[in-house]
Amino acid sequence: MDVLAGKIKMTQQTVNSTMNPADMLDRPIRLTAKDVTVHYGAKQALHGISINIPDRAVTSFIGPSGCGKSTFLRCINRMNDTIEGARVGGTIKLDEQDIYDPNLDVVELRARIGMVFQKPNPFPKSIYENVAYGPKIHGLAKSKTDMDEIVISSLRKAGLFEEVKDRLNEPGTGLSGGQQQRLCIARAIAVGPEVILMDEPCSALDPIATAIIEELIDELRENYTIVIVTHSMQQAARVSQKTAFFHLGNLIEEGVTEDIFTNPVNKQTQDYIMGRIG
Amino acid sequence: MNNLVIAALLLVLIGLAFQTGWSKSGSLVTAKGVRVHSRQQYHGSLVAIWAIIPALVALALWGWFGGDVTHNYIVGQIPTDTVLALDQVGLNATIARIRALASGYGVAGDVLPYEQAAGDALRSFNFLTFVGTIVVAGALGLGGLFLARNRIDVRLRARNEVERVINLLLLACSAVAILTTAGIVGSLVTEAFKFFTFVSPLDFFFGTVWSPLNGSTIPGEYGSYGLLPLLVGTLMITAIAMLVAVPVGLMAAIYLSQYAHRNFRAVAKPIIEVLAGIPTIVFGFFALTTVGPFLRDAGGTVGLGINATSALTAGVVMGIMIIPFVSSLSDDILNQVPRTLRDGAYGLGATKSETIRNVLLPAALPGIVGAFLLAVSRAVGETMIVVLAAGNSPVLKGNPFEPVATITVSIVNQLTGDTDFAGPQSLVAFALGLTLFVLTLCLNIFALFIVRKFREQYE
Amino acid sequence: MAIDTLPIAKQTPAERTQVVHDGLRARHLSENIFKGLGLAAIILALGFVALLFTDIIRKGLPAFTQENMHLSVNFDPAIVKVDPVPIRNGFASEAEYQAASLKWQRSVALLNWNKVVEASLRAAAPAGYEIDTKDLLTIAETDARHEIRERFVANPTLLGQTVDIDVLASASAVNWIKGNIDRSLQDSQQQLSPEARSLIDTFVENGVISRGFAWSILTNVDSRAAPASAGLAGAFFGSLYMMIIVILLAVPIGVASAIYLEEFAPKSKVTDFIEVNINNLAAVPSIVFGLLGAAVFINYMHLPISAPLVGGLVLTLMTLPTIIIATRGALLGVSPALRQAALGMGASKTQMVFHHVLPVTFPSILTATIIGVAHALGETAPLLLIGMKAFVASVPATPMDQATALPVQIYLWQGNEDRNFFEPRTAAAIMVLLAFMIVLNGIAVYLRSRLEKRA
Repeated sequence: MDVLAGKIKMTQQTVNSTMNPADMLDRPIRLTAKDVTVHYGAKQALHGISINIPDRAVTSFIGPSGCGKSTFLRCINRMNDTIEGARVGGTIKLDEQDIYDPNLDVVELRARIGMVFQKPNPFPKSIYENVAYGPKIHGLAKSKTDMDEIVISSLRKAGLFEEVKDRLNEPGTGLSGGQQQRLCIARAIAVGPEVILMDEPCSALDPIATAIIEELIDELRENYTIVIVTHSMQQAARVSQKTAFFHLGNLIEEGVTEDIFTNPVNKQTQDYIMGRIG
Repeated sequence: MNNLVIAALLLVLIGLAFQTGWSKSGSLVTAKGVRVHSRQQYHGSLVAIWAIIPALVALALWGWFGGDVTHNYIVGQIPTDTVLALDQVGLNATIARIRALASGYGVAGDVLPYEQAAGDALRSFNFLTFVGTIVVAGALGLGGLFLARNRIDVRLRARNEVERVINLLLLACSAVAILTTAGIVGSLVTEAFKFFTFVSPLDFFFGTVWSPLNGSTIPGEYGSYGLLPLLVGTLMITAIAMLVAVPVGLMAAIYLSQYAHRNFRAVAKPIIEVLAGIPTIVFGFFALTTVGPFLRDAGGTVGLGINATSALTAGVVMGIMIIPFVSSLSDDILNQVPRTLRDGAYGLGATKSETIRNVLLPAALPGIVGAFLLAVSRAVGETMIVVLAAGNSPVLKGNPFEPVATITVSIVNQLTGDTDFAGPQSLVAFALGLTLFVLTLCLNIFALFIVRKFREQYE
Repeated sequence: MAIDTLPIAKQTPAERTQVVHDGLRARHLSENIFKGLGLAAIILALGFVALLFTDIIRKGLPAFTQENMHLSVNFDPAIVKVDPVPIRNGFASEAEYQAASLKWQRSVALLNWNKVVEASLRAAAPAGYEIDTKDLLTIAETDARHEIRERFVANPTLLGQTVDIDVLASASAVNWIKGNIDRSLQDSQQQLSPEARSLIDTFVENGVISRGFAWSILTNVDSRAAPASAGLAGAFFGSLYMMIIVILLAVPIGVASAIYLEEFAPKSKVTDFIEVNINNLAAVPSIVFGLLGAAVFINYMHLPISAPLVGGLVLTLMTLPTIIIATRGALLGVSPALRQAALGMGASKTQMVFHHVLPVTFPSILTATIIGVAHALGETAPLLLIGMKAFVASVPATPMDQATALPVQIYLWQGNEDRNFFEPRTAAAIMVLLAFMIVLNGIAVYLRSRLEKRA
């Protein structure tokens, strides 16, 4: 219990330290989206989203449910490709590389842009195999020792190693919800992505597990560009440096997190932050 | 004719009873102006039920025992010494003549005086019993009607009583399934036990020679009944069938559910499922006339001696038959694997086939194993394909290119429809049936258990 | 919870991307192989369907034509020597008249009608054509004499007259004409003598033998002695009776037990047992139901052997679980809102089920029923065990009479020794059976779409 309490306390501290607007202004731009639209069949889900996402920082997308924030997130690593009938328009660039370029291999793209999902979804395999899966399919480890190193360091980075080091061969589905989600983060890290997308990663977790994940996100931003979708404004305020507010498929307002929460320009953003839009 | 009269009278009784209940309960409303518990049609139905059940019971009793009573009456009309002089066939012929005389059709040839007398007596007896039955049934029915009519009251819960009767009927219907199982188990076990009085279970279950002497009536000489050649034949054909059905069925399911365009799936899926609706006798004919000769010729060109009717022929065609079974079950199972797992693999940059092979299939494995066991159980119990195409050679051997016999084939061979249940030659069919039943039951229970566990895992 | 500074892998991001990129070719190749295997499986499965149907149709279509012989038959009083036919008025009782009638018919039957057939064939052959009587008679089907005799029995005034009568060419003649048998085989391997073969060719040329649609395959009953006239009528009625019995018994009982189990049964161990029991019953091999029928219905209850009644009962028990499971599925799919709405209006549970829930599920129940019945229609194995493979050469008048069924008729025909003739005929019978099943399934699909649109 003491350990947990300490963690929560630490989280508080990190939150305070991230509240520095200057922290993000000098960041280079990593991802650029321009006029992104998404149609599901005849229904238009996104209306021309344009946004820049800074390198090695946490960008959060907030907004009421069904506002298109998850849809946009799934455009960034082309997960919408797997949905029948979904069409994406506009351009998204990762380091000047158009990710919807027909010559670009989506497999390669997803190795560079990892993703963590709303519900923890470990594969029905052992903890070790879960983490090793990505490096294995991409051929990133040349030997068993290489692989061991990747798995262990990924689990360390995800803050899970100490908890599972004695049972790496047990099924990943046997872990608690929060541990499962950190396993999924470790699994994503193991591929060595440059960008990590997180789709409401804490929505299925209890507050303590949420706090641990938030702390982890804050640590990861030193090495990764992170984009997180969240329905919790507090979470966005705690972990992100940049925030974008979505409503009804439109990007209403974006900016430094502190500005968005303290001086929202747009009326709709104000309403949402004050709890008038659910 | 008589049956039509009775049916008509019963309909009249139902109508009368319903009408009585209807109008009596209707008068309750007008007379007292209070709220009646049940609506009129329920009162009508209740009275009808009360009237029809005693009448039906009376008719059923006569239907059950009437034949014997009439028979005894006719025998009683024949002079005793004549009865004693006649054997069973002669007695039956005499009874038939008397019945013919009584019905007015007449008989060819001379009529003996006692025959004429008995015929006349039978005619009046038949008339009396017919009228008597109707009167008794009618009286009971009307009695029930009046009893029920007198019960009609504002507070009578007619609807609840009618519903209870409906409920009982429904319960009786669902008991039919239980009775069927009981009938299967009961008849298989009793007849199999009779068989085991001829042949010891050890010789049956572990015997390696199957050569029943059909038609032999010499006590003790009825051939040998070793199950093993049949079991081996059954398992060999099943294994070949699974070797065909599992890869094709599973890959077809994967392609249809993961790769195929919606329109292609909409066309291809029902066409494949057509295979499941084709009667097995058709597959048997196909195996016998087309697949068998083809395999024989194909084997000939590469120097393999394949018989036209062989375990291979039957197995391949049975495999074709089972493809839709495997593919639609696998399709269901694959669709039950949560989408999030697939997304997880795609998110790591796995290709579609990597996702399917490394994530989807391992996750679906228990369910798919269950589906395969169900398919195995179906293959084990399949009859017509093997009857036509397996060649029926109950010899213990391991060559799939030669004719074999299976449990089901031997059941058909041993029990050809004659009712002689006395010898082990036909009784063995029940011992084989019991083996088959237990085998498939275990497979099914195990498979359903696995599938259920699998479903619970992702619920 | 310190950050681990160990690098994930030794590569820089760019190097890593290069590694991933280098592996892509092999991975996409295996992707395509896998996808190709899937497509191959589909094509194989579809190919089996196509092969099966084309094979059956290719084999069966020729059997839908028959070779008719147009003969001028002379009822020559020198051959047809019979007493005048008895009339009802001359006899005291119906029984005596029937006896006399039978005697007359017997005397007619005892005549050598083959002589009439022979005379007609010789009349049709070119003048002076030399052929043995035995060989000559192999050209016409053996039932030609019955055909001619029946004409006479029906109309005894034909005596001395010449009438045009169509009879069937024999199975061997059909084999020769249609090429079912290799025409280049030596005489010793042919079914017919050289004279008969050449006469048949002449008949085909001069139009004595002509080809027509084989209505007889649909309207005639089975025949062993006269294979060319064998038809499916008896088997059809056997199947029809069984289907009627299945529909009359399996549907009400199946739907009723599904309603009980789904709506009324208390959730108890007993209900669970019934449920497990029904699920297992659905997977019991059909031949076991045949054993049940043989032991219980025939050996114990002494119901008539080979009767559609017993077949119908066996198929009913076999179809019951399917209908129960499908109906329960349909009932389960009815939205709770509808139930609550009905109960909220003050309907009793029984009223709710019968007035509201059941009508909604009607399309599904109907479809399941038709599919179950179609399945029962094609079932063969259990019928063999209750004696329905006995040879029956009549249309059963009631479900208690001996009969066979369409699939069993297929089984019997495929086992006939005259393979050349019966292989096409078996395939034709299969086409008829499949046509029935397609019609039934078509009706199910049609009704379902119609009723669901309305609902």
